[in-house]
Amino acid sequence: MTTEAIIMMIIGIGITWGGAALCLLKALKR
Amino acid sequence: MAEREQWGSRVGFIFAAVGSAIGLGNIWRFPYMAYENGGGAFLVPYIFAMLTAGIPFMVLEFGLGHRFRGSAPKVFASIDRRWEWVGWFQVLVAAVISVYYVAVIGWTISYTGFAFSQAWGSDPKGFFYGEFLGLTSGPLELGGLRPTIFAAVALAWGITWLACMTGVRKGIERAGKILMPVLFLMVLVLTVRVLSLDGAADGVNWLFKPDFSRLMDYKVWVAAYGQIFFSLSVGFSIMLAYSSYLPAKSDITNNAFMTVFINCGFSMMAGVMIFSVLGYMAAQQGVLVKDVVSGGVGLAFITIPMAINLMPMPVFFGTLFFLSLTMAGVSSHISIVEACIAAFMDKFGWSRSKTTNTLCLVGFAVSLVFCLGGGLYILDIVDHFVNNFGILGGALLEIFFISWLCRLDVVRQHVNRISDFAVGQWWDFSLRFLTVGMLGVLLISNFYGDIAANYSGYDLGPLLCYGWAVVLSCLVLSFVLRGRNGRAGFVMNNDNSIRR
Repeated sequence: MTTEAIIMMIIGIGITWGGAALCLLKALKR
Repeated sequence: MAEREQWGSRVGFIFAAVGSAIGLGNIWRFPYMAYENGGGAFLVPYIFAMLTAGIPFMVLEFGLGHRFRGSAPKVFASIDRRWEWVGWFQVLVAAVISVYYVAVIGWTISYTGFAFSQAWGSDPKGFFYGEFLGLTSGPLELGGLRPTIFAAVALAWGITWLACMTGVRKGIERAGKILMPVLFLMVLVLTVRVLSLDGAADGVNWLFKPDFSRLMDYKVWVAAYGQIFFSLSVGFSIMLAYSSYLPAKSDITNNAFMTVFINCGFSMMAGVMIFSVLGYMAAQQGVLVKDVVSGGVGLAFITIPMAINLMPMPVFFGTLFFLSLTMAGVSSHISIVEACIAAFMDKFGWSRSKTTNTLCLVGFAVSLVFCLGGGLYILDIVDHFVNNFGILGGALLEIFFISWLCRLDVVRQHVNRISDFAVGQWWDFSLRFLTVGMLGVLLISNFYGDIAANYSGYDLGPLLCYGWAVVLSCLVLSFVLRGRNGRAGFVMNNDNSIRR
């Protein structure tokens, strides 16, 4: 895989699943 | 009057909402859309659309459903009785989707069984169109009933009936709690497995390799917004109904953010899985990935079976893949039917059992059209028109009404008052300008496209009969249902603060 493809994959998966994880953490802390 | 049903837990609601949003489109539409529109570069408009339209729309629907404690017609009627028809239009669009979507679930159920023996043999294309669908020569030649599809469609309706009949907590919530974790686990296992195959990395590279020059093309941005609207189950009464079952103290914004993030994250995961398979297939055949790429029905029922034929452990991959599609489809179908059930219960005061029995029976009867030899043509036309004009039209009417003719700030204050974190004025701006604007562009460009040329080369007769007539019937019926007298308490008369 090219470097730019890897970066885009990490950005896409990072924002979506990272966002979901942050929301989950916030919900658990409530 | 009986008290409104409620979700048993927050997790139950999230699973149900995510189950509704995640459907067949996440698996077979998103990867192809991304590939076709700049690969990794598509993620820029896609994530922008997710943040500026997907999340704001989801927050709005959760907020409205929670505040007015009702399905789409009740929400609109409670704000302004004259706009109740918009709620009914959304419900009727959902009803039409429920009758053809279940046919595709019937296909995935059948293919789960076929995967045990690779019943499609060495010619998956011939098998799908010939032996399985018995495809006729055109949409006006209906053909005979396909027994395998009929049985699978009956099973799919049976599952939905059971989930809806047993109620929000015992049926829909329980189904979500089973289907979603199993679906995620299966797709995760499949993704890890296919990533280790020869050529998989090359396939994923084709998906994520960015072509940033495409970002200058407005069509790529329109495609990204379209993908977000279609994949989130917003704008056609589902999320309004689901959020109406939330308890008074509910974290609206966090629930909405989580639902959207998980839905879009699942699409990414499915994209990696699909393109790993395509990469492997291309490597085995000695061709480029672009020569084997496809989307939609062709991808699921022709390309993937071809890839399965080439795989080690084909039974493992085949059954898990089609079972995943089935689970994604069933959880969405339950939500679509529940949105219709909630509307009739709210307006006419029918019991859950009476409403579920009536709607599922009528729905099943209409679904039989899609079990005929010509069913694929009719499904294709109805799907095109209902998606491009029904869903988008209903969503645009909703957003325009709420954001321009009502006080959006009142909804925002309601949401912020009960949520863990607040949404700012960016939320109003996104809905009033970006979402309304993009929905308008999508609707106009679709309308222009269908006026300029017949969809998919079909004759005008079938397009009028199965396409325009279905959408117009939904519109006319929505006014008829609005005109019927509802039960006492259908409209909340004590809440006028949202009106301008």
